Amino acid sequence: MNQKVRLKVNGTDHELDIPARRMLVDCIRYDIGLTGTKEGCSVGVCGACAVLVDGEMFASCITLAAAVDGSEITTIEGIAENGNLHPVQQAFIDNGGFQCGICTPGQVIAAKSLLDENPSPTEDEIKEWMMGNLCRCTGYYGILNSVAAAARDMKDGAGR
Amino acid sequence: MIDFEYHHPTSLDEVFGLLDQHGEDARVLAGGTALVIQMKQRLLQPSHVVGLRRVSGLNTIESTADGVRIGALCTQRQIENSPVIRDELPLLAATFRKVATPRIRNMATVGGGLVNGDPNQDPPPSLIALGASAVLNSKSGDRVVPLEDFFIDYYETDVQQGEVLTSVLVPRAPAGSGSVYLKFLPRTADDYGTVSVAAVVSKEQDGSCKDVRIVLGSAGVTPIRATGAEDALRGKPLTDENIRAAASLVKDAVDPLDDFRGSAEYKTDMAVVFARRALEQAMAAIPSNPSGSARV
Repeated sequence: MNQKVRLKVNGTDHELDIPARRMLVDCIRYDIGLTGTKEGCSVGVCGACAVLVDGEMFASCITLAAAVDGSEITTIEGIAENGNLHPVQQAFIDNGGFQCGICTPGQVIAAKSLLDENPSPTEDEIKEWMMGNLCRCTGYYGILNSVAAAARDMKDGAGR
Repeated sequence: MIDFEYHHPTSLDEVFGLLDQHGEDARVLAGGTALVIQMKQRLLQPSHVVGLRRVSGLNTIESTADGVRIGALCTQRQIENSPVIRDELPLLAATFRKVATPRIRNMATVGGGLVNGDPNQDPPPSLIALGASAVLNSKSGDRVVPLEDFFIDYYETDVQQGEVLTSVLVPRAPAGSGSVYLKFLPRTADDYGTVSVAAVVSKEQDGSCKDVRIVLGSAGVTPIRATGAEDALRGKPLTDENIRAAASLVKDAVDPLDDFRGSAEYKTDMAVVFARRALEQAMAAIPSNPSGSARV
C-alpha cells in the first residue's frame, strides 16, 4: 500500500506517495529522477548503490525508503559544490579511477564517506574500507590511487 | 517483494500492540540487512513491517557493575567504534570489525543480527564466549536468555511471538584472561567465515588453565560451544601438547553444513586447526601482570 515518505535529497525536500516496499535506490532513481546511483547486486554486497543516509554510507538497494522516512540523503549528484567537483570526483578523473564507470558513483560515495571520517587513511585503511565496493573491470589500483590522491588534495585544500 | 504496510511505532508499548494485533503477519525490522533481503527473495512475506528506528532508548551502550549493556538497535559499527566497548570488551570491538563491510555495519544492528539466527555470523561466538545474554521484552514482561541457549536451530531462536530483543548484556572477560576471535576467510574479506572461533582463556598462578571458553561459528546449524574441548583443558598446564589435544576434541562438537565455502569434512578439519590457533593466541594475549584486564 502507498505511504507518505519525506526525504531531503541533496538539500531538496521531497514528499512522496510510494508503496512501502519501494527500495531507496528505486525511489531515488525513478520517483525522484536522480539516476547517478546505480543498482548492481541488489543484495547489499557490491556497493554500486551506496548513498549517504544522515551522513552514513548505506546500501540503498536493501534500504526501504519508508524505513528512512525523514532522513537526509546524499547521492553522487549532491557532492559537487558551487559547480566545482568534489575533490574525490576530481581525483578519480585525474588518476584513472574508473573504466566502464558503473561502479564509480558508489566508489566515489564510499571514498567520500571514508575521508569524512578519516581524512588521512593509510593504504591498508583505504583497502579495508573500499573492499566493499566491487569493480568488475578490476580497476582497483586506479581506485586506490584516486582515494589516496583525494585525501592529499583535501588536506592541501584545507591548509590553504 | 509482496506489498505490506510499514509501521513507525515510537514506543515499545506501541510495538507490542502491533505485534499483538498482527501476530504472525508482522515482522520487526531493525537495520534490515537480513530481513529486507529475505523479503526480496520471498522467504518471508509479512504484511506488516514494524520498524524500530523511532523507538527511543534502544541504541545506547552503557557500562554497568557487571559488564556492558548494549542496546539492541546499536549498529555494528557503533559497537566497533564505541570507546566503552574498545576499553572494556576489546574482543567484541575486534569481532564486530570483522563483519562484512563498513556499509553493512552502518546498517546492521546487534539485536537484528542475533534474532536472524544465522549460524555464520561473527558476533555470536564472541558473545557466547564472554557469557552474554539477550534481554527479551514483551507485553507480559522481560526475560533474560543466555545467548548460549538462545539459538535453537538454523535461523531459529528462542524469541517467542510478541517478544522483542531490546538489549544484550555482556560480562567483562575475567581479569587475567586473554581472548581472540579468528575468522577463516579463504575467499573474500567481506565473506562469512568458512569457520570461525572465539576463545577466552584464563590461567592460574602456576600456569595451568583456570578457565576456557571455545565457541565456533559456521560449524553447524547454530553457534557451537565446544564444552568437551574446554573440559579437557581446564585445570591442565597450558602446554602445546594439551592445547593440541583439547583442540582436536572440537571435531566431536561441530557438525558443519556442506556449502560453497567447503565440505563438512573440510570445515571440521579447519575447525580443529582454527580452535588450536585461537587457544594459542588467546593464551598469548593473557597480560603478564596477573591483575591486568583482558586484551585482544
